Amino acid sequence: VIRILDAGPQTTVQDLGRTGQMRYGIPPSGPVDRFAFVLANRLVGNPDTAAALECTLMGPRFETTAAGAIAVTGADMPITVNGQEAAGWATIAVKPGDVVKLGPARTGVRAYIGFGGGLDVPLVLGSRSTYLRGRVGGLEGRALKKGDELGVLTSGPVRPRRVARSAIPDYTGEPTVRAILGPQDDRFTDEGLRALFGGRYEVLPQSDRMGSRLRGPRIEHARGHDIISDGIALGSIQVPGDGQPIVLLVDRQSTGGYTKVATICSSDIWRVGQARPGQSIRLRRIDVDEAHRLLRESDAALEAAVREEIA
Amino acid sequence: LRFLPAGDLAVCVELGEAISVEVNTRVRALEFLIQQKGLTGVVETVPAYSSLLVYYDPRAVGYEPLCAAIGELVPQATTAVLPPPRIVELPCCYDDPELGFDLAAAAQRLGLSADELARLHAGAEYLVYFIGFTPGLPYMTGMPGRINIPRLDTPRTKTPPGSVGIGGIQCCVYSVESPGGFWILGRTPVPLYDPSAAEPTLLRPGDRVRFRRIDRGEFDTIGAAVAARSYRPVIS
Repeated sequence: VIRILDAGPQTTVQDLGRTGQMRYGIPPSGPVDRFAFVLANRLVGNPDTAAALECTLMGPRFETTAAGAIAVTGADMPITVNGQEAAGWATIAVKPGDVVKLGPARTGVRAYIGFGGGLDVPLVLGSRSTYLRGRVGGLEGRALKKGDELGVLTSGPVRPRRVARSAIPDYTGEPTVRAILGPQDDRFTDEGLRALFGGRYEVLPQSDRMGSRLRGPRIEHARGHDIISDGIALGSIQVPGDGQPIVLLVDRQSTGGYTKVATICSSDIWRVGQARPGQSIRLRRIDVDEAHRLLRESDAALEAAVREEIA
Repeated sequence: LRFLPAGDLAVCVELGEAISVEVNTRVRALEFLIQQKGLTGVVETVPAYSSLLVYYDPRAVGYEPLCAAIGELVPQATTAVLPPPRIVELPCCYDDPELGFDLAAAAQRLGLSADELARLHAGAEYLVYFIGFTPGLPYMTGMPGRINIPRLDTPRTKTPPGSVGIGGIQCCVYSVESPGGFWILGRTPVPLYDPSAAEPTLLRPGDRVRFRRIDRGEFDTIGAAVAARSYRPVIS
């Protein structure tokens, strides 16, 4: 069991997300940054599907009641165990009574804490992920709060591992994310498309797990910003009448009636979720084949990222 | 028929560009066929008015082969392949201004009495085109043309769950508290979304919905049964 002493602003239980529920209006949820999430699980010897914590801008403080392994990945939050600094992107051994604390993020937005065995919350519609707006999954469908206790499933002994330095993402600066045109690119002017792929777009503070709101050069519509409602994919760039983009993430509405100019590819979407309010992103246009090649590269990078700890 | 990429994990299959029962039936039939045939690499599907969003795993199937496989099913996607629809009865209380708070204003705008508007609305059968926007919220049509009404000029920021609203040719039932631009004619005590239930959403794409007019007394009785978990929705 882990006992939450301070929860942090928004700490939720997530696994890889729900499948098959979008036709009932329930989004997949799951981690905003799948790359970092998967590594948190692999560092503690879990399958990728195990449930872990997603922390937002600042982490929790919690006490462990059993010996085990944890690992922290994603946003760079200072980690201490009983006041002693510990390293991120590596297995950390904990014993009963240890107090683990994650401070405010120095870079990035979302950090992940993996627990050897995975967190033990009930499966809801096949997943342990929390969907906050729908009040389902995770712990009672809500973010953690002080005093909560979370069960941890048992695991065998965990060999200490770390993520190769070269594989740790850099969340600073002005990332370029790649996007595929469509489905409704024909509803925009050439000028609007040039703005999208030429401009800088700043992340606004109103961003959350549903979507990242951006501000930058106006993406001009050729005719009307409303469409007959259709399904919304991960990374869809929705452009309402004001010409300012909203990038839809894991807790997105399943369908919507605004035009979607392009879709950020799955291997880059975490860069949007890790960009802090005030940081800017740029977009580069690619086609579906190139996006599939990038996804294979991203899978290969995940496979190569985790190394055995050298004693 | 158009295949539009929606990123690298989904393709939007567009079967038309209008809100029509005919096009939507083909969308739902195509979805049914894709599920039934178990097309390689398909992860999940999301029907909408005139298009089907197909999520796929590019590690299992490429974009072109997937589009080709879906394209082969399109000619068979007709009403004949769909199982008979479920008919779901939703009790609805129109006759309490606290619940149907726009009924009087909508009736006045349409040149009807409140009672006539409620009767016309409750007398129709509605088709659930798809579920979206919020968990379990049905997009429906079926109203008589006489009660088509433009949406509210200024959407309200909060609409209580269970509110039954109309706007344009559409009818919807709000599933959770949310913003909305529809005229609220009444409220159903039956939850369309119950996060604590094993199956949280009541309605499915393709369902037919009938509203049964109830008074405030029955609204409260059903509401109490829902709270006690002893209410069973009427589905045939």
